[in-house]
Order: sequence, then structure tokens, then C-alpha cells
Amino acid sequence: MFGLSLSFLPFVGGADGPRNAAPVVLSHDQVEEIGRELDALRDRTVADLGAEDREYIYKIIKAQRGFEVAGRGLMYLGFFPPAWIAGVGALGVSKILDNMEIGHNVMHGQYDWMREPGLNSRVFEWDTVCPADQWKHSHNYMHHTYTNILGRDRDIGYGILRIDEAQKWNPYYLGNPVYAFFLMMLFEWGVMMHDLEAENVIQGKRKWRDVKPLLKGWWRKAGRQVLKDYVIFPALTGPLFVPTLLGNVTANLIRNVWAYSIIFCGHFPTGVQSFTEDETAEETRGEWYVRQMLGSANIEGSPLFHIMSGNLSHQIEHHLFPDLPAHRYPEMAPLVKALCEKHGLPYNTGGFFKQIGSVWAKIFKFALPPGLVSSDTPPGVIVERQKTAA
Amino acid sequence: MSVAHTSRPAEGRRFSLLSLFEAMATPHQLDRYLELVTPMVTVRDLRAEVVGVQRSTADTVTLTLRPTRQWRGFRAGQFVQVGVVIDGVRHTRCYSPANAQSSTDGHVELTIKAHPDGLVSQYLHAQARPGLVLDLSQAAGEFTLPSPRPRRLLLVSGGSGITPVLSMLRTLVDEEHVGSITFLHYAYTENDVAYLDELRALADANANVSLVLAYTDQEAGGHLHGFFGQEHLDAVAPWYADAETFLCGPPGLMRGVREVYRELGIEDRLHTEEFAPAATPAEGEAGGAVSFTASGVTADNSGATLLEQAEAAGLHPEYGCRMGICFSCTTVKTSGCTRNVRTGDTDTDPDKAIQLCVSVPVGDVALDI
Repeated sequence: MFGLSLSFLPFVGGADGPRNAAPVVLSHDQVEEIGRELDALRDRTVADLGAEDREYIYKIIKAQRGFEVAGRGLMYLGFFPPAWIAGVGALGVSKILDNMEIGHNVMHGQYDWMREPGLNSRVFEWDTVCPADQWKHSHNYMHHTYTNILGRDRDIGYGILRIDEAQKWNPYYLGNPVYAFFLMMLFEWGVMMHDLEAENVIQGKRKWRDVKPLLKGWWRKAGRQVLKDYVIFPALTGPLFVPTLLGNVTANLIRNVWAYSIIFCGHFPTGVQSFTEDETAEETRGEWYVRQMLGSANIEGSPLFHIMSGNLSHQIEHHLFPDLPAHRYPEMAPLVKALCEKHGLPYNTGGFFKQIGSVWAKIFKFALPPGLVSSDTPPGVIVERQKTAA
Repeated sequence: MSVAHTSRPAEGRRFSLLSLFEAMATPHQLDRYLELVTPMVTVRDLRAEVVGVQRSTADTVTLTLRPTRQWRGFRAGQFVQVGVVIDGVRHTRCYSPANAQSSTDGHVELTIKAHPDGLVSQYLHAQARPGLVLDLSQAAGEFTLPSPRPRRLLLVSGGSGITPVLSMLRTLVDEEHVGSITFLHYAYTENDVAYLDELRALADANANVSLVLAYTDQEAGGHLHGFFGQEHLDAVAPWYADAETFLCGPPGLMRGVREVYRELGIEDRLHTEEFAPAATPAEGEAGGAVSFTASGVTADNSGATLLEQAEAAGLHPEYGCRMGICFSCTTVKTSGCTRNVRTGDTDTDPDKAIQLCVSVPVGDVALDI
């Protein structure tokens, strides 16, 4: 009655539509070999973690704190436009480093091995309005466990956008580019509200009881952030209250636009695959790895670009090894890419403008009903799965 | 009273200025900024700078520490946790100050024995130098002298267990305690006795202090030879039933003394402090018990992951992916050995954050849930 049977369960990209080329087929053995090789790469990196990684993260923290202090200090010269611009720039860089190369990565547990109380994923807080514990639920758990599984990964469209062909169109999505623009500008607030699942609350699928603790966390965290940026620091510059306030608003805006752009480049450029719950039920470790690779996309750039993106420019490596220090991804990336090439798998990467361009193209395209636009789903990767027949 | 009144406004002002700075630094703590300038300048965190290093025996090192102003002092016999960074990782260990609790310079004196497998003790023995900054916890522990002081005291120690009882001895001498104090110390040989000169000087200078040195690997010299037994007790403290005994040393000595006191029916006069390193259980062993200390629940180790065992015990720890990627279930393991099922690595460090969903207990484990 029960036994092993070989069945084909395709991981297909997008929905049904014409395909330009034949899909890549990965055998079960290939998937398991990929899993073993990635595990071995992981083990090598873990064994090598030590003093250098500690020095790296402290170097970044020192730079971030330096930019922050410089930015706050320059606001006292806010009457002099070049100083104001430099201050806003320094503060923007500080917030970007804090959120991306430090906050995001520390809260993934990437530096837990250092056992440094100030860099521990359980207690770390970042310079943004979203409380760390809520973000760790929506991001570390919901997004990283169920990456690109429609109906499970709430990062697909964030409950607001239509960003994947498999999301059913309705007239609300005509506003897609407008929603995306506002999400970009107010990104930190969007991130904060992510765990609320607003559309489920509106539809009555989520109860007030579940929402109440979230609101308490927002009040506590966002309250302090707002007080700091929009009351205390402006007040400390006395007559320059308004320029300082505007400077802080602008710095937050810079961080929002940048973070949004980097994050959207991680999963939404052309060529990224999404999956269904059925396809991904009872995945093996190898299958989990393959899904992470197919569901993510990298951005090419200079070392400085990678630092400023929190190494989320190496989104593929990040999704394979979310808990390894992100500054290790650049050295791991060539090996991951070679592994993909060996098995004929796509390794989705490109320059920033190419990737962000294709993201915005999708945002506009998926605003329209499917009948009006052509479907150009890339060739999917089909994974042969060995599945226990029930 | 008047002192308290006059100092209050100043404290109030300092406090409000501190909270303003803390609000400016939010969401980070002020110390996360200050430590980048110099690690000894902190507003909340307690740290200590090594100001003296002395290597008195071949395998021990005595460190004199100057704590930051948050230090609240200690009582003789208590311990502190010391944190030190080795190859990028901060390791924490417990040590008992050896100096008198009444010492006025505010320093903390630690004597550390370099155990062959002891990462921290080896590091401090080889690398400690003046200027090194360590993490320090406030003192804790119930192994302290009662007040009022007992009339007769027997202090028993072995090896590096000398530090808390030496602290008691020094404190009592400082206080000009008039009751009799017998200090019985066990070492392999005379060369292994830390503080030998000082112990002799204390005994010479104070008529009520008698020093008894027992050697386990040396047949000449000293006062006693071999391991603790009732004959040792009879020889050094025939009045033991009328005294309070304070004991700290290696597990063998602790067992020996406890047994004798139990047979004599005077266990309630024995006060102990354990300094045994966590044992690494044998490969493949799945025995022991899992204690969920915050919930007061204990269950037999079933061999399943700690998350599953916690749930089986009726607890509801937070969890997410159940596969080691999301860190939702990270919990502090207060003691015991765990094995990470993904890497196979075992971990015996106390007070370490582990992921419940990919950790299985190896022998007894205590978790803070």
C-alpha cells in the first residue's frame, strides 16, 4: 500500500503561458548532490569564522556610528546648505548601514556565534520603526522559510502589490505602480505594518486579538524613533529645528528608497521563479536549497555597493545561508554560481539598473489584466521529486 | 539623612541628562557608542581592566582587576562571571574573588588555574596582561559567611578551589575575628599551593589561624598526606561538630568531605561551592533529564529535539521554521551538553543561546524556559 514511487512534481515559474525554451530538468540525485555541496560549503565557512569576522562587523559599526555622529553634528550647521546636504547624506548612510549590513544581518543570527550581547539576534534593535521581534517573525520565519511560495511567503507583493503572474488579477491592481511608489517612500512604515496582514484584517480573516500586541510594539518602537528623529534632535539644534527635522525626514527617505530598491531586486526581477504549496510539501534539504536559489536574484556591483546593500546584493547566497555572516557571501558566490552552471541552473544576476528596471517593468505590467499583456515567463526548472505515495 | 537629601537634586539632574542621551542613542544603548571610544567608559555595563598579573605557580595566574564604577562589591565566597574574547568569540567563566570583601581599593583578585582543556583559563594564563579589559558580572552566590560570624570555622579547599575560602580567611583576619579558624588546603605538592607565602604569613601573624597543608602526591613536608578522610578531620579539627565548615574544591574532595559529614550526621554544618566543569557525556548517550527552569518542569530526555521535548512537556516555546534557519526558538541553555543535529557539534558551555529546533540534549540539560 505504501511505497516509494517516482513522481514528477514540477517547480514551475509563473502560471501557464508560452515558454521560450525547454525547461531545465533536475534529477533527484542532482538535487541531493547540490544539497551536499552547499552543506559542505556552509561547513567550510562556519569552521573558518573567527576574529576576522568580528573585526569586520565592528569596523562597519564604527563607520556607521561615525556617520551618525557626523550627520547629527552637521545639522548644527544646517543654515549652510552644503553642510545640511552633507549631514543628510551622512545620516542616510548611517541608517542604511544600520538597517542593512548591521541590523538585518545581526537579527538573522549571523553574529550570534560571537556571543556578544550587543550583537545578539534575540535582543538587537535597529534604527527603524519596525520592532525587531515583529520583523524577525515576518522576515526570518515567514519569508525565509517559505521563500516564493505563493500563499505562504507574504513578501510576494506584501499583501499590497501584484508582482507575480500567478497572483490573480483584479481591478484594484490597476493602482500597482502607485502603491509601489508609496511603499518605496514609506518603506520603513510598510515593513512595520507587514506583520499586521492588513488585507486579512480588512477582510475579517484576522482578529483584533491577534493585532493588539503588534500595535503595542509599534507604539513602543516607532514612538521612540519618531521622538528621536522628529523631536529631540531637531529641538537640540534650537533655532534650526525645521532644517534639522527636514534633514532627518530626508535621511529616512533616502534609506527607505534604497532599502526598498535593494530588497525588491532580491526576488522580483525577471527570471525569478515562484512555487505552489503542493510543489514544496515535505521538501528535502536539497529541494529547499534549490527553491532558495531559483527564488532569489543577485545584483552585481563594487565591494562598496555590496556593503551598502547589506550584502543583500548576494540575495541568492543569503537565502541559502541566512545565518552566515553576510560579508562572507562575496567569497561564496563564485562557488554557488559554478554549482548552478554545473547543473544547468539559472543564476539570476545583473547590474542594479537592469534588475531594478525589470522590477518596475513587472510592477507596471502586472497592474494590467493578463489578457492585455504578453506572458514571457522564462523557462522554469523542473525538479524530479521522489515522493512517498500515500 | 542630610547627605541623601543634598545629593538627590544632583542625581536627578544626572539621571535626566542620561535619559536624554539614551533617547538620542535609541534604539542602541549608549554603551554601544561609548565602548567604541574606550571599553572602560560605560554608563550601564560593568567591565574590568586587568591592572596586575602574577604567575605564582606553574599553572596558575593571579589577576588584579579594577572594575568600572558600576561594581557593587562582593561578599567573601561569592563568584563573578568574567568574559573574554578569544578568536572572535566572547567566552564567559565563573571565578571567585580571593581578596577580602573588606578590601578598600575596590579591586577584585582572581586566581585562575590553567586547566589542560580550559580555553579561557589557558588564554588568561598565557595572554593576560595589564590593560586587558574583561567583561564582569556583579557578584552572586550563596556560599558566604554568616553574620554574626561562627565562633569556630573550618575552611577546606583543594587546588584552585582555594579562592573563595581564602577570601573568607582574609575577610575574617581583616575583621579581627577572634574565633579559631583552621585552614585545610589540599594540593598535589607544595609547588602547587597558590598563595603559600601569604597563607604562612597569615598563620604566623594570627594566633587564632592555623594552617594545615595536605599533599596528595608528595610524601615529605606539609602536615597531612593523601586524600581527605575522617582521620584528617580528627587530626586538624577534633571540634568539628562545634564548627561551621566551608568547602570548595575538585569533585573528589567535595565527595569525600560530604560522605564523612553525612556519616557523622553533621551535614547541616557543611557549606559548599561546586566548581566542576560540565562533563561531556559519551557518544550516543541519550539519558539524563531536561529541566525547563523558568517553568519548573523536568522531563526525561527522550532523545528528540529540545523543541519537541519542550512541547511534549506541555510548554509552548516560540518557534518558526523548525529547521534551524529563522532563530525564532533561540533559548538560553543554562547548563548541560547539547548536540546540534545539523552540524553534529556538541556544546558544553553554560549560559549559551541555542536553537531548540535543531538541538538535542546529551545528558542533563537545563533551559531557561
